[in-house]
Amino acid sequence: MKSKPDRPAPLFWLLFAGGGTASAMILPALVFITGIAVPAGWLSQNDLLALVRNPIGRVVLVGLVFLFLFHWAHRFRYALVDLGLRGLGSQGWLFYGAAAVGTLLAGLAAVRM
Amino acid sequence: MTTELTRPLPRSWWLQKSPYFQFMIRELTSLAVLAYSSLIVWALWSANDKGPFSTFFDFLETPLSVWLHMLVLVAALYHTGSWIALTPKVMVLWQDDEQVDPDLIAGANGILFLAITGVLLWLVL
Repeated sequence: MKSKPDRPAPLFWLLFAGGGTASAMILPALVFITGIAVPAGWLSQNDLLALVRNPIGRVVLVGLVFLFLFHWAHRFRYALVDLGLRGLGSQGWLFYGAAAVGTLLAGLAAVRM
Repeated sequence: MTTELTRPLPRSWWLQKSPYFQFMIRELTSLAVLAYSSLIVWALWSANDKGPFSTFFDFLETPLSVWLHMLVLVAALYHTGSWIALTPKVMVLWQDDEQVDPDLIAGANGILFLAITGVLLWLVL
């Protein structure tokens, strides 16, 4: 059986690892902020809006969406293969494409703000 | 002619042993990462104006949002734990001729996680 080398694969593995590390390190804190601190009233609407609108905050959020989504795309597509959905999981473009669209949406929102 | 031979595997294979189950849960924590990414995109799109942003902010205060956040938090912490547990396998460090203790590498990453969480919450709250 002959198969062509999968040249973009290392890039997706790199993004998977980058997104995995980023989410492991800061996702719990982010979830704490929007899921506990906001409903508890420790962070006002204006303060949260200021954080999202802050130029540094914006860049960080878009960067996180980029890494998070490519982490999800890679891990989830192989999980689908492991769950017996080989046909769906092998359509890499579907998952990486969705991650790219999500990143684009985040970037667009940040630019036109 | 060649055919690809794959061994038949029941779809429920990951329910049959605890480590398999833990592996699958670990992989599926990526869905929580996807869910939170969507929330960030929503926040960015609504931050244009006060009106849309208050819709977003009001959602955060609903019980539905709080429950979803708790689910995502459990998954996120599981991801953090399993990711840190794997760091010594990915990062094998040598000092002179001796391998650095794997527990030290995982421990250092755990401390880094706590420090980042602490600094981020201190900055924001």
